[in-house]
Amino acid sequence: MLARLLNRALVMLLPLLCLTALASAADDASLIAGVFSPPRAAPDFSLRGSDGNELQLSHYRAKVVILEFGFTSCPDVCPTTLAALARARKQLGPEGNDVQIVYITVDPERDDAERLRKYLAAFDPTFIGGTGTAEQLAAVRREYGIAATRTNSSTSYAFSHSSYTYLIDREGKLRALMPYGHTPDDYVHDVGILLKQ
Amino acid sequence: MAAEPSRNAVVKFFRRYWAVISIAVAVLGVIAWAAAAPITSASRDEIFEIPKGTWARRMAGDNIEILPNEIRLTLGVRDILVLENQDDVPQIFGPTLMMPGQGLRLPFALASSYQFACTAHASGQMTILVEPFPASAWARLRWRVRELLKSAMPRRDEAAT
Repeated sequence: MLARLLNRALVMLLPLLCLTALASAADDASLIAGVFSPPRAAPDFSLRGSDGNELQLSHYRAKVVILEFGFTSCPDVCPTTLAALARARKQLGPEGNDVQIVYITVDPERDDAERLRKYLAAFDPTFIGGTGTAEQLAAVRREYGIAATRTNSSTSYAFSHSSYTYLIDREGKLRALMPYGHTPDDYVHDVGILLKQ
Repeated sequence: MAAEPSRNAVVKFFRRYWAVISIAVAVLGVIAWAAAAPITSASRDEIFEIPKGTWARRMAGDNIEILPNEIRLTLGVRDILVLENQDDVPQIFGPTLMMPGQGLRLPFALASSYQFACTAHASGQMTILVEPFPASAWARLRWRVRELLKSAMPRRDEAAT
């Protein structure tokens, strides 16, 4: 009797599960960003946050996280992307509260927690930065497959670094990567899809 | 009266070279079509695969090249790069790490030359050249000739499997 009931429940649930999977796949196909299939769990990390607390990616489960790597002295890529993200978050309205931007420095020498906090607050005070030792940050980049190369000039130094942003869903899965140069509307489009899932 | 011999000469010429003339007209027709017909594509995906065992073969000293050193994409026609990692180890591709069995569908929106890190290459580097949509007749003709040549040559990732 119980086995028959379970069988019936399974028969009823199976199409529902299939439909859910299909709907999710269709949503992925409509993302503007590059899409991973299947998505993997975004590697967690533990760094020093720009708010003075420990920064762990897993703290933001249930939110959509946009992860960016850069450095506060970056002359072009970082400020352009952060400005676009700040505008996108505003455009999302109340839904923007379910989006967390996490900015991890590749320049631990200059970017301490306080410098990151001041820099990010100029774009959006809810943005959070992460810093740590050079080894800690290199380990995080390795987990994501990201390159950052220091380039020296006679007076200073800079970094050549990945200009992509990484979109992580509410379940902590690394779903997509957005190339540099996309508009706030593109972010609103993709984040909107991830927020609905 | 004078027109009769020249007309005969033309007829004679056509009779003699009809095969060559037919071929020339056909070739010109094909070129005109290739330059004028709008370019459409059923799929905008350009698909590549890193086959299983790539890393093991390289570790064993086999200097195989799986992917081309340069991948050409065209905006609006074929501008989505799809890469499948069927190997047993993670591979770095561009700005990310792809796990075994994982695929990445990466659309491009800007015409440019992109330098990508790629562990499937012996050099560790590759170029993705994204070209603008072939809007002019000359660009359409060039695009079609290149596609024809490309389809005639086996791809590295297909040859390696």
